Amino acid sequence: MSTTVMLMQLTKGLAVTAEIFILTLLFSLPLGLLISFGRMAKNPVIRNLSKIYISIMRGTPLMLQLIVVYFAPFYVFGLKIPNYRFPAIIIAFALNYAAYFAEIYRGGIESMAVGQYEAAKVLGYNKSQTFFRIILPQVIKRILPSITNETITLVKDTSLAFVLAHAEMFTLAKQIAAKETSIMPLMVAGVFYYIFNLIVATVMEKLEKSMNYYR
Amino acid sequence: MENVLLQIEHMSKSFDGMEVIKDISLSVKEGEVVSIIGPSGSGKSTLLRCATMLEKMDGGNLSYLGESAVWEEDGKCVYAPKAQMKEIQKSFGLVFQNFNLFPHYSVMKNIIDAPMVTGGVSKKEAVARAEKLLAQLGLSDKADAYPYQLSGGQQQRVSIARALALQPKILFFDEPTSALDPELTGEVLKVIKELAAEHMTMIIVTHEMQFARELSDRIIFMEQGIIQAQGTPEEIFNSSNERVGEFIGKFQS
Repeated sequence: MSTTVMLMQLTKGLAVTAEIFILTLLFSLPLGLLISFGRMAKNPVIRNLSKIYISIMRGTPLMLQLIVVYFAPFYVFGLKIPNYRFPAIIIAFALNYAAYFAEIYRGGIESMAVGQYEAAKVLGYNKSQTFFRIILPQVIKRILPSITNETITLVKDTSLAFVLAHAEMFTLAKQIAAKETSIMPLMVAGVFYYIFNLIVATVMEKLEKSMNYYR
Repeated sequence: MENVLLQIEHMSKSFDGMEVIKDISLSVKEGEVVSIIGPSGSGKSTLLRCATMLEKMDGGNLSYLGESAVWEEDGKCVYAPKAQMKEIQKSFGLVFQNFNLFPHYSVMKNIIDAPMVTGGVSKKEAVARAEKLLAQLGLSDKADAYPYQLSGGQQQRVSIARALALQPKILFFDEPTSALDPELTGEVLKVIKELAAEHMTMIIVTHEMQFARELSDRIIFMEQGIIQAQGTPEEIFNSSNERVGEFIGKFQS
């Protein structure tokens, strides 16, 4: 196999990796906010369920979660879902990352001064106006560095999708490496991951800077 | 006919079994400026926070402009339903000790956001109000600044403008100058004096004795959760009440 062919295949794999990455963020960021609400709920049932959820998602391997999400519908419920491989990957990643994001949101929300809520209340803002206009924008600024951390970890974690043999970059690199008995494809994949993360880090830094207009 | 804007009857409030406010009754008429003084822990701020519904009162009645906001039923306080409460809340504003401006909003946005979002005011009208208030408070050149770029005194003036933009009938001040150094205190007190000259109804919790004396129609001296004495500034400053004399004496020396 020529280097060009290998590079082309890995680039295709990179596109799949990027797809997993983007879809996971798209679903896990809002889901994480919902779970953080559950985690902070006054109702003890909701609060404890959220706590257990976060505990399980953080306490078991993501690789295992991928396997469970993919195989459970058939082996537990006897359901055959066509073309389920890719959706299963996204579901597992989103469920897992939402748990981490939930705790990051919670940290940010709980760090807000109570005076902000009180000022909003006296000015007549209702609860959702207070949250979305006053609290959340400030929370995002505070938690952005932690979100960046998770996001960078996610880029690398997408390689775990190889356990479901989905043709993302790492799966392909391993296959080519085995076929060609060469370590080169894995090294190239490593460089690709690094460049991907360099871009992610740069974008997040820009985002952080864009919020520097206030303190 | 003088119009009673705020009526508090037999208000009580406890924190963990500690009675912070004991059976306080107070009414404030339109145009009146009332200062509340007293030692730390006397319940002044709690009284203000209960009146503005930031704390739930345990007992008593509270009404604004004759509309009941809180009343007692079977020994428990009942709060007016949401829609009614929203209307009642429009009748008062509150200025905090530490300003509580929204740091992510510019000065202009801090002032126009609430009227637009909660008061149903058009952007044009809200901006017009804000510009007028900023000019009045000497902050016209700060409209585009962010709170962190302002001095404490300027921040407090913006927070006063923010409260006034909703055109409340009563304005509460919770130790408005306690977070400021003496130089900055002056500029905030000047603004409050100007409001008094316009007959804005105000209830001010303060440690600025001289200011309270010059400005108030009535001074209330609180201690241990009750109103120990009240009267005109002259009556309070010449009071024969031992505790009042002691407290004021401390501040005059």
